Amino acid sequence: MRRLFPILALAALASVPLWLDDAYLLHILITTGIFTIAAMSLNLLLGYTGQLSLGHVAFFGIGAYVSALTALGFDVDIGPWTIVHEPWPVLAGFVLAVAIAGLCGYLIGKLSFKVRGAYFVIVTISFAEVVRLVALNWVDLTQGPLALNNIPPFTLQFPGLGEYVLWGKVANYYLVLIVAVVAYVIIKRLVGSRIGRAMVALKENESLAVSVGINVTRYLVLAAVVSAALAGAAGSLYAHYVKIVDPEIFLFIYTVTMVIMVVTGGKGTLAGPVVGGLIFGILPVVLRSYLGPEFQWIFYGLFMIFIVFVLPQGIVPAFERRFARPGPEPPAEAVGARQ
Amino acid sequence: MSQFLQHLVNTVILGGTYALLGIGLTLIFGIMRVVNFTHGELYAFGAYAVFALAMLLGINFFLALLLAILGGVVIGAAIELVLLRPMRGADIDTTMLVMIGAWIVMQNTEMLAWGGVAKAVVTPFPEVPLVIGPVSVSYLRIFVLAMALSLIAATYIMINKTKLGKAMRATFQDRDTAALMGVNINGIHTATFAIGSGLAAAAGALLGPVFLAVPTMGDLAALKSFAIVILGGLGSITGAAIGGFILAFAEELGAGYLSSGYRDAIGFLIIILVLMFKPTGLFSRAERVG
Repeated sequence: MRRLFPILALAALASVPLWLDDAYLLHILITTGIFTIAAMSLNLLLGYTGQLSLGHVAFFGIGAYVSALTALGFDVDIGPWTIVHEPWPVLAGFVLAVAIAGLCGYLIGKLSFKVRGAYFVIVTISFAEVVRLVALNWVDLTQGPLALNNIPPFTLQFPGLGEYVLWGKVANYYLVLIVAVVAYVIIKRLVGSRIGRAMVALKENESLAVSVGINVTRYLVLAAVVSAALAGAAGSLYAHYVKIVDPEIFLFIYTVTMVIMVVTGGKGTLAGPVVGGLIFGILPVVLRSYLGPEFQWIFYGLFMIFIVFVLPQGIVPAFERRFARPGPEPPAEAVGARQ
Repeated sequence: MSQFLQHLVNTVILGGTYALLGIGLTLIFGIMRVVNFTHGELYAFGAYAVFALAMLLGINFFLALLLAILGGVVIGAAIELVLLRPMRGADIDTTMLVMIGAWIVMQNTEMLAWGGVAKAVVTPFPEVPLVIGPVSVSYLRIFVLAMALSLIAATYIMINKTKLGKAMRATFQDRDTAALMGVNINGIHTATFAIGSGLAAAAGALLGPVFLAVPTMGDLAALKSFAIVILGGLGSITGAAIGGFILAFAEELGAGYLSSGYRDAIGFLIIILVLMFKPTGLFSRAERVG
């Protein structure tokens, strides 16, 4: 049953465009999917290594800007030089977005994991603020508050067969779903491997982990790189789907949304960010018709406090415990292998 | 040269309030091991409280200032009692999530209460600045500096000379031993959070009339406080005081000679440099690293 559940969930998600004929609802599901990918990437850091990245939206936004600029082309003056970049295919933008976001994750990780904890939180949050200021002030490159407009949609090239432009909502839905599944599998493989066990060991008992020869900084930086790269991929999808990117994308509240998704769903579980992502992707749509945006954020804040007090592990672990209660407690090893 | 002197004067005045912000935050972190994300919102509260009391209710400016600081103390104590006391013993990440929740709630409540339009406070000080040679400085700013320095001195005396301060220092060094010696840890935590919040509100109440009160002012204040505290070393009060002046100096020169658009990015550059070369901060002992 448990092994079947992800496949059933995937089949249900894949069938959505077949019976859902509402363009607006499909749009909500696409953006929800994009933010769920970002939440999954955050979970890799927050849930599996215990490091809270409060500037996660920076990697997402960098992905969006890199991808959009690669596809649009730009020319900027840096001192005496002028850099002219001709538009490239969107796919190249996606790859570069992943690479550059990952590189930023590497630098931030290298910088702050020497001391970690509160330092990592503060470095990431300040990093996001600086990237926002650059996006706002470097008008030559980013158009500043005027935003990057007319970003081309995702395009798939088939050698010899021409190309396929993803204009419609259904095509974009499947694109996001595929990337989400790939991200899910990457994270699943990573946390199920030696590396993942080392990460969990670090979170649970660092001095013991170090004493058996686990290189703390190396694993944390690796987690930061993968996490930032996945967030960059989500950002790229976002840019080519909504076709406009402005510095607002770096707002702190989006990071908070990702954190709430992970914490509510259950940090350190594979399904947690997906469950949390679906709840907090769809909930605002329901709330929006009744409440102004400020009330929505106040509700988010209160909900976050509520979850930490009442259900500190999140929904998925609580559900699993209830699910497992009738049978005998499985041995610890088996639980580890299943996750 | 005269321009540089002017920057120097601005630095000292801004630095005083930055130091207040940093001391409040570092006190809370050092003693309670809580990364206080509501710090910036208490700063914003201070500014809005002065606006509401002095401009809307017509209360005397100086009395409004005092009431705003007291309001910050009360709110700080309330946050500690309601949100942090039940979380005692939880790990630092969990309390951080709660504080982030509180931050969002406070900021958006401010947004609802005051709207997005900036509010200006008129003070009883003359508009015409004091001119000394090439440098001009408004009387309000001189008052702000004097108030900030007195509050820093008062906090310093409170921590080093009073019984409460002694209990706070004991809790800082070893919570369990302090509790065994009869220190009321719960009381110390509430007092610490209330004092730290009061200092943030004081900084906001003092700077609000100099600049304008806007709902998002708390975000930047929070980020700057973090930068100041990392610069000085988490938990070091002297470090936070000096860190406040260093950040103000760097910002003032950066905005004056490089680009004003990146003024608020300078704090982050300082964090990077500190973490690269002296990750424990400039003024902390090794044991204080969190």
